[in-house]
Parts: sequence; C-alpha cells; structure tokens
Amino acid sequence: MGNGTQLGRVRGLGAAHEGAGEWWKHKVSAGSNLLLVLWLIVSIALLPAYDYATVAAWIAQPLVAVPLILLVLSVTAHFRHGLQVVVEDYVHDESRFVLIVLLEYFTITVRVLAIFSILKIAFTTTGVAA
Amino acid sequence: MANVRNTARPLSPHIGIYKWGPHMAVSIIHRATGSGMATVGTGLFVWWLVALAYGPDAYACFLDVFTLKSGQLNILGYIVGIGMSLSFFQHMASGVRHFFLDAGANFELRANKRSALTTFAFSILATAIFWVVLLEKAHG
Repeated sequence: MGNGTQLGRVRGLGAAHEGAGEWWKHKVSAGSNLLLVLWLIVSIALLPAYDYATVAAWIAQPLVAVPLILLVLSVTAHFRHGLQVVVEDYVHDESRFVLIVLLEYFTITVRVLAIFSILKIAFTTTGVAA
Repeated sequence: MANVRNTARPLSPHIGIYKWGPHMAVSIIHRATGSGMATVGTGLFVWWLVALAYGPDAYACFLDVFTLKSGQLNILGYIVGIGMSLSFFQHMASGVRHFFLDAGANFELRANKRSALTTFAFSILATAIFWVVLLEKAHG
C-alpha cells in the first residue's frame, strides 16, 4: 500500500478523526426531509376533513403509511444531529454529555412511538379513505 | 470531557461587535426554527399519531386542545399551527440556501444578502398560501 492521494490521507482525519460522516448524513436527511415534509404539509392541506375517520383512513393507505414511516426515520435522523450540534455549541461543561445521551433516548423513543402508532392505525383501520 | 472554559480568560469578540445583517438573522433563525420543530413539532406530531392509534376518544382530546366547540381553531391552535408552518417553510428555505453555501456558492456579498432576504419572503408567502387553503376549506 502506498500513502494514498492527498485527499485520501486527510479524509476523515480532522482533529476529531470523525464527524464528516455525520455531516454528510445530515445533508442526505435534509434532502429527504424536503420531499417528505412538503408531501405531508400539502397532503394535510388537501385532506377533505380532520375528523378521526378521515385521518385514520388516510394514514391506513400503504402509500401514506410508508412515506410517513420514511418521514419519521428521516426527520429523527436529521434532528438527532442538528440538536447535538446545538448542544455542542452552547453547553461547554459536563452536562453536555448528559444532554447528548438524553437526546439519543429521545430520538429512539420518538422513532418507535411514531412508527408503532402508524402501523397500529394502518393495521386496525378498516374504512376506505374519502 | 475536559473542555470546561476557564472563565478567567476572555472570550474572543463575537456577536456583540458586528452590525446585524440578513445573513446573521437567517443563520440564527435557521437554528431556532430547527430546534423549535425538533422539540415542539416532534411532540405534536407524536401526540397526533399516538392519539390516532388509541382511537376516536383520544383523538377527540387532542383536537379539543387546539379547537373551539365549533370545530374552528382556538388561539392556541392558531399560535402553534402558524408557528410550526412558518418555522417549517423558513427552515426549509434557509436549508436549501445552505445546500448552495455547502457547495461553495453564493458567498458574494450582494447575492448572499439577497438569498437571505429571499428565504424570509418565501416563508411568509408559503405560510400565507398554506393558511388560505386551510381557511378557505374551513369556511367553505
């Protein structure tokens, strides 16, 4: 093995030896958020009503439930990184470690609660979307 | 974590000494709207889904917090609804602006300022359109 190209030698080897991958994932999730959240906002604006039967029947459709689950994965990945950067920028004492651990638990809890709820709505709603 | 700041040493001059411009406003607003949506927005979104998963009664409780007896939004419903939609459109617009900055583009002073102002114009316009659609429907 040689020493690699100049780019190859420095890639991922900043002061922390990591972080570029997190940055890249943040950008990728920003792109999917752009599409998925716009889809959600436009869909909500176009729903005929907001009563239980209408909304549950809307979510129960495969091509709504699946994009919603993708949205949950994309948005949680995005805010997981975004909030960590905010904590790292403004919290300089040891409590930053506690906050980042809490953020990790928060992210996973949100992800599981949201996805479980979407699946439960999808698998138990028998009505047809209006 | 050994990076506790020694408070005996001075901070380098930062936000206090600069004249505020649109580029600084759009930057901190990007962070504020992102943090707001990640906390308040996520809470609302999960509450909405969990209430729907519990059934019609729990969903009625959810709606009741944000609506009047007539079904129209109450004050809290408007504050949260407009706040979250404005936050989303602003964060989206400044996020798209970040894609260009990350690629090394849009650092020329005039263009940078113009794109910063454009994000505000976009978010206000998009929020207005969103609410016109919602309210047109609610009021027939």
